[in-house]
Amino acid sequence: MISPAVEITGLVKRYGRTTAVDGLTLRCARGEVTAILGPNGAGKTSTIEICEGFLRFDAGSVRVLGLLPGDPSLRARVGVMPQSGGVPQAIRAGEWLRLVSRFHAHPLPAAALLDRLGLTEHARTPFRRLSGGQQQRLSLAAAVIGRPELVFLDEPTAGLDPQARHACWEVVGELRAAGVSVVLTTHYMDEAEKLADHVVIIDRGRVVSEGSPAALTGAERQLRFRARPGLDLDELLAALPAGSAAKESPAGHYIIEGLVDPSLLATVTAWCATEGVTTEDLSIERRTLEDVFLELTGRELR
Amino acid sequence: MAMTTLDFRPAPGAAPLGRMVLAQAGAEVRAMLRNGEQLLLTMIIPVLLLVGFSKAPLLDVAGERVDFVAPGVLALAIMSTAFTGQAIATGFERRYGVLKRLGATPLSRTGLMLAKTAAVLAVEVLQVVVLVAVALGLGWSPRGNPLWAAALILLGTAAFSGLGLLMAGTLRAEATLAGANLVYLVMLGLGGVVLPLSTYPQGIQPVLEFLPLGAFTDGMRSVLAEGGGLPWLAVCVLAGWAAVSLTLAARTFRWE
Repeated sequence: MISPAVEITGLVKRYGRTTAVDGLTLRCARGEVTAILGPNGAGKTSTIEICEGFLRFDAGSVRVLGLLPGDPSLRARVGVMPQSGGVPQAIRAGEWLRLVSRFHAHPLPAAALLDRLGLTEHARTPFRRLSGGQQQRLSLAAAVIGRPELVFLDEPTAGLDPQARHACWEVVGELRAAGVSVVLTTHYMDEAEKLADHVVIIDRGRVVSEGSPAALTGAERQLRFRARPGLDLDELLAALPAGSAAKESPAGHYIIEGLVDPSLLATVTAWCATEGVTTEDLSIERRTLEDVFLELTGRELR
Repeated sequence: MAMTTLDFRPAPGAAPLGRMVLAQAGAEVRAMLRNGEQLLLTMIIPVLLLVGFSKAPLLDVAGERVDFVAPGVLALAIMSTAFTGQAIATGFERRYGVLKRLGATPLSRTGLMLAKTAAVLAVEVLQVVVLVAVALGLGWSPRGNPLWAAALILLGTAAFSGLGLLMAGTLRAEATLAGANLVYLVMLGLGGVVLPLSTYPQGIQPVLEFLPLGAFTDGMRSVLAEGGGLPWLAVCVLAGWAAVSLTLAARTFRWE
């Protein structure tokens, strides 16, 4: 049987007294894009760096393409894009990419990859003079130039402008189409929703939920509308079928969850009419991954 | 952005070790030759010292001044590349996560160390060519067996590389930058580069002779200025420093 791209069981990583990863278990299938979502400090980067063989761990088991992280044979098979840095400050963009390509047996042509990521005109620019977004794109290029089986991308689109984000998404899509396994971390829900076959939400070093974006957001629909703040939701709920839920968040923005069908819609608008409430932006939507995420990890800032 | 078709289908594989080492060594040589501050220490200061102290009547030495100055300046140049330049460059590579990133490529640590060694030796060859040409232009008439000088240069390179990597692998990049430059300056004064060790106070002379640069300049002079055989004291001192510093560097080096 072919081993999964990544298989992690009961992983624990401590820094002094802080436990960054606390019994994490996850599996990334071959040929799929797995997105690891989580708030800052959730343990995303620690987990990825352990898989890359950069960090030791305290307990649990980790297999990457069936091998222990850091196994020398993984160096050619796995591409890595760190969150930042990793490139000599003075080296020119094109030089760095050509250098990394010379470490591989069947690399992609560096010029074509530069072109693809919009870096051709910066090929002779030293790394430290590239913008943050250009540095990110160069790092992405270096991660894939060796035609790896598996790539780890740690926040690949952080700080990118919309065009560059889309270029990065296209590359991830093509990697997937070509059969490459991709494991990425991100803060962006739309990114995870768009790119990933499998989303893993982690918080405080543990998996709190996982599944396909569709499974995570569920079949459940929501009715959303805006109106004056402070409506009496208990009164509204009394008019709705049992099992419905209503909340105001933020002030003046209302969400009704439950069996959202035409009769529920009619009930809500009728109630608003008798209360003399004007509604705006009334819509029926599926829950977004962001809703799921905030529900699971809370709203307070860390 | 242009749509270039790229074949992302997996085809992983490491390049042959020789090709990887050559590529990395080439990148390191280019980095060294492009870095203005490094060129100041590796080329400009040695050339200025060589010309200045050979022309100006500042030294009271027997025979031609250039015959005395050239071996010391050659030793200083070797130190500047193997120790100062390598320590600073490696310290910043560590700080910017380059060593860590390279650890995720097929280039092994052994390959990386081979590349660094090859790059240092390549720059040293350039330095020797330039300095020897300038010295010959100044009327230098070297004596002795050039092979003995080459052996001393190799040992000196090993000792200074070990010291440089020991520093780069344990200290913060800024501390390495400051420390490596300070050592360069102190050694410029106390290493017998342009002043014979015999002109220093009696009390510190034995100490200076056992410092790597003191032993190196002494050895180079005994071969190239006096036409002596292989200077065993210098060889032993440099080999000792190389063994100790490389062992310590291998044990303590932190890659990130």
